[in-house]
Amino acid sequence: MKQTPQPLWLKTFTRQIQHGDVIFRALTILASLIILATFVAIGFELWQNTTLAREKFGLSFLTSDEWDPVQQQFGALPTIYGTLQTSLFALLLALPLGLGIAIFLAELAPTWLRAPLGYVVELLAAVPSVVYGLWGLYVYLPNFVKPTAQFLNGTFGFLPLFEGPVYGPSRFAASLILTIMILPTISALCRDVLLAIPNTQREAALALGATKWEMISQVLIPYGLSGILGTAILGLGRALGETIAVTMVIGNNRDLSPSILHPGYTMASIIANEFAEATEEIYLQALIEVGLVLFFITLALNVLARLLVWSVARRTPSELRA
Amino acid sequence: MMTPSLEKNRVPKIKSFQRALGDNAHVNETPMATIKMQIKRLNFYYGAHRALEAINLDVYANCITALIGPSGCGKSTLLRALNRMNDLVPQSRAEGEILLDGENTLAPNVDVVEIRRRVGMVFQRPNPFPKSIYDNVAYGPRLLGVNKRSDLDAIVEKSLRASALWDEVKGKLHESGLALSGGQQQRLCIARTIAVEPEVILMDEPASALDPISTYKIEELMQQLREQFTIVIVTHNMQQAARASDYTAFMSWQMSGALLDATRAHAGRIIEFGATKNIFTNPQEKETEDYITGRFG
Ligand SMILES: Nc1ncnc2c1ncn2[C@@H]1O[C@H](COP(=O)(O)OP(=O)(O)O)[C@@H](O)[C@H]1O
Ligand SMILES: [Mg+2]
Repeated sequence: MKQTPQPLWLKTFTRQIQHGDVIFRALTILASLIILATFVAIGFELWQNTTLAREKFGLSFLTSDEWDPVQQQFGALPTIYGTLQTSLFALLLALPLGLGIAIFLAELAPTWLRAPLGYVVELLAAVPSVVYGLWGLYVYLPNFVKPTAQFLNGTFGFLPLFEGPVYGPSRFAASLILTIMILPTISALCRDVLLAIPNTQREAALALGATKWEMISQVLIPYGLSGILGTAILGLGRALGETIAVTMVIGNNRDLSPSILHPGYTMASIIANEFAEATEEIYLQALIEVGLVLFFITLALNVLARLLVWSVARRTPSELRA
Repeated sequence: MMTPSLEKNRVPKIKSFQRALGDNAHVNETPMATIKMQIKRLNFYYGAHRALEAINLDVYANCITALIGPSGCGKSTLLRALNRMNDLVPQSRAEGEILLDGENTLAPNVDVVEIRRRVGMVFQRPNPFPKSIYDNVAYGPRLLGVNKRSDLDAIVEKSLRASALWDEVKGKLHESGLALSGGQQQRLCIARTIAVEPEVILMDEPASALDPISTYKIEELMQQLREQFTIVIVTHNMQQAARASDYTAFMSWQMSGALLDATRAHAGRIIEFGATKNIFTNPQEKETEDYITGRFG
């Protein structure tokens, strides 16, 4: 039997099927749609499940510091403050430290040391947070955090940020544990940013008689700035949502005290800590609304940071846009 | 093949050259040019691989010395040894001496930063910093501690004029250097290099990524720069070497059968060195002749 010639579109279609083009495309589109759908669904669920609380408290939920399950009055301000304070403080410490580690790993360490050290850093990023929390509670807090807090209070106690009294568990402790937790991520990613910078840039600087340090600070860091900011976003994201380790060291206190040395709460830790006790509907909804606020704050900070990266990236070469 | 008489460098006979070589009308005819850099018995290794073997070469002050030879023969390695740029390659190692005004730059206690300040480099692909044109040129002077705006302005203008770029960019000094065309970027890199007033400028195939007009501009520029600087240029373009240089070193691999073991098989050597005119019109070595007439490489 003679084969009838296939029409062109059918040929193209079969070829695409054979080569997996169509399937691959469909799969990737599906995957990205699932992510988008999950995102929207989470937002929607949180919104739906907080109707009662939103109607009762309105915007005062964001501005009130009253959190009283007995009177059924809920305001999230102390936890919002706690989340922002601990995350930003952790980022403030971890970014320069992480960048320093990255510079060491990518530019300064002897070649034989770079790979093993890099693995260790990446390994640290994979340690479960509850382990960090335990270590933080029993080792870090008494031996390092508390003495440092006492020193800060003794030296800068006149500033509201470092007001006493000093207890062990505090937002400061949470910040420091977050610093340690996001440090590996920031170091590893900043190292990758540095490694991605073409060698010709290093050579250009050195050939002009730059020292290694001048090359790093004046050429490499500006060149990789948008990538470095990108890693900061990821670090911040992790710090904002980190729950269990923070809950273990922050002291779980609802006071709205400006001092970072005061025990506090973050949005994530109040949910983790009080969810099991929330038997009343309104209490439960208030906790979920805290989750909603956290969801939006994370979103807003990410958008903001993304804009920042873009504005920097416009000034740096395209290869490194984050 | 190497004849014993060629083991040491031929001291080029610098008589007044006839214009035998077409465009090469500007050959430096100083009766006895001073030696700016002197390479003595240089061996260079990448790990166990010997990339250069027994290199002897004199670089004359205010002359253009061209390094030619087949790809992989070690031209870039030799050039980058001159400002110790190869230090960046892990496990690389140099033996022998490279003298800059009589001082050995390979000596252990030498200040590499200082050497690189005196021996500048222009690379194969233009590599401006992602900064403004002004900041690219001002980068080196700033490293040297020049911070006064008026001083920097003067240096930037002078360097851009010297690299024949001023007229094209004077209205947009604060735009990104990356917005320039490839040829302009390369001249920007030259401006950046001469802004720190080095004594020697190394150029590794500076025009290979450029179109013919930009190439011509760079060659023209080199002739002007020669007044003030000593230039060593690597090129794979015979015409360019013949047109633009005063001296030419032809390099090739060590091909001798007896030496054909793993580490030495590809070690680059200087086969012939002399006044460019002589190399191109009257090469002494068969290998040189084969190469410049296109029968090899
Ligand atoms: N960074 C490096 N590491 C190891 N080997 C290298 C390196 N650079 C060059 N080589 C080797 O050294 C030899 C000479 O290279 P190169 O100097 O780049 O030659 P050319 O510039 O003449 O083409 C080649 O065999 C090359 O493979
Ligand atoms: Mg080369």
